[in-house]
Amino acid sequence: MTVKVLVPTPLQKFTKDQATVECTAGTIVELLDSLDAQFPGIKARLCDDSGNLRRFINFYVNSEDIRFLEGKDTPLAAGDEVSIVPAVAGG
Amino acid sequence: MTQVLPSPTRDAARSTAATFTGLKCKECGAEYEAKATHVCELCFGPLEVMYDYSALSKMVTRESIEAGPHSIWRYRSFLPVASENPIDVGTGMTPLLKANRLARRLGLKHLYIKNDAVNMPTLSFKDRVVSVALTRARELGFTTVSCASTGNLANSTAAIAAHAGLECCVFIPSDLEAGKVLGTLIYNPTLMAVHGNYDQVNRLCSEVANTHGWGFVNINLRPYYSEGSKTLGYEVAEQLGWKLPDHIVAPLASGSLFTKIYKGFQEFIKVGLVEEKAVRFSGAQAEGCSPIAQAFRDGRDFITPVKPSTIAKSIAIGNPADGVYAIDIANKTNGNIESVTDAEIIDGMKLLAETEGIFTETAGGTTIATLKKLVEAGKIDPNETTVAYITGNGLKTQEAVQGYIGEPLTIEPKLDSFERALERAKTLDRLEWQQVLV
Repeated sequence: MTVKVLVPTPLQKFTKDQATVECTAGTIVELLDSLDAQFPGIKARLCDDSGNLRRFINFYVNSEDIRFLEGKDTPLAAGDEVSIVPAVAGG
Repeated sequence: MTQVLPSPTRDAARSTAATFTGLKCKECGAEYEAKATHVCELCFGPLEVMYDYSALSKMVTRESIEAGPHSIWRYRSFLPVASENPIDVGTGMTPLLKANRLARRLGLKHLYIKNDAVNMPTLSFKDRVVSVALTRARELGFTTVSCASTGNLANSTAAIAAHAGLECCVFIPSDLEAGKVLGTLIYNPTLMAVHGNYDQVNRLCSEVANTHGWGFVNINLRPYYSEGSKTLGYEVAEQLGWKLPDHIVAPLASGSLFTKIYKGFQEFIKVGLVEEKAVRFSGAQAEGCSPIAQAFRDGRDFITPVKPSTIAKSIAIGNPADGVYAIDIANKTNGNIESVTDAEIIDGMKLLAETEGIFTETAGGTTIATLKKLVEAGKIDPNETTVAYITGNGLKTQEAVQGYIGEPLTIEPKLDSFERALERAKTLDRLEWQQVLV
């Protein structure tokens, strides 16, 4: 499934300053591996040493926080938009 | 790992005797130059402004502060700006009112209200954070400023940007109270009303910030912006005669305000402006959006996001950025975090108005209702010097109390009409007036 990924500014150095990239994945877990294959090193920024998503990063699929969906097992369909957003914002 | 990059901004900051030295990740300690960035590139933790406290101790005294302007800028040395002339629109130094009538009603002996319902220029505490953020935005070369807002921040950003001559584009949820929408539009910013809740607005703004080179006060300028809330701590300490209170109660939205009042007190202790004292910190949330209160109750150190549903729209953040830090502070100061229903919030607004003559918005109603709940539960000692922070003005959220405060008595311009009405006013409950033809 090809999905669109919105990349936050702190990670754009991995994506050659691109704010949007395309990626093939069926779940968020697969997306992390697929992104890392395309942009080596990016997964280590998104996940901690035990492979869990970092505490201060949020993932959204079609504008919905994956914590309201199935977390990192949230399925992805072709054309979905995945947004990666630092949790610390607003207020 | 430490990253300190050479920066023209940092050098400029030093040359104007600024006391801030850069940014530091609150989680992993990585250091960054004082530019427009808000999260750590390594772990995404929040960035905090660092200061040279040893220099601050030598340059600041109670007298030097008291001789400063009657605004937040009397604490300029503790704020992350380098400008000789920061944007001063009279923000800060709001009244600290000894609330004797409310105290008696609640069974407290030493209660104070810090009244930011009359903060200038837009009648909420947000003028503090925006004054700092826009001063820093100007220093960093931004010509357009922006924000994600539940209303008060939109008012403040639009107003102070107008004063400073900055372009302004603000984002709000489309269902905000009329007063907050009008109170933004009047300053002629570009106003985006987003179909969605605040958390969705906030996410969208993070995405916009990735692609537009704007200064988002609560995104890429957030480390500077949030520091403005420390002045709510400084002012209370100064207004209490350079003493700290025993207990504070403040509303929790993102949790930032709460953590910065704490930081303000700690800084004053650190540089010797006040004596060290353990201050208890208690937080207030609306039950319809209480992710921090729920986590506190459950003893969790992580926040589970919620979808907000409450009349307290200004504090309806379901995914609070500083929630974990607010819990940490409540725990380590032996404070509490409570939530109250919408009905209790309305009662809280009415109680504050009827006893102290302060018309606050729903966030203030939440604070007063929580204060009441904590006293009734024995969680605030009647002898404690307690400060309740009122952060916004009720004229902006009139919808919340309409239908709960009655109507005027409409009379003929005749003495007997007045006498009959007065008699009815004495015998009928106020809410019944509207149903009576006098």
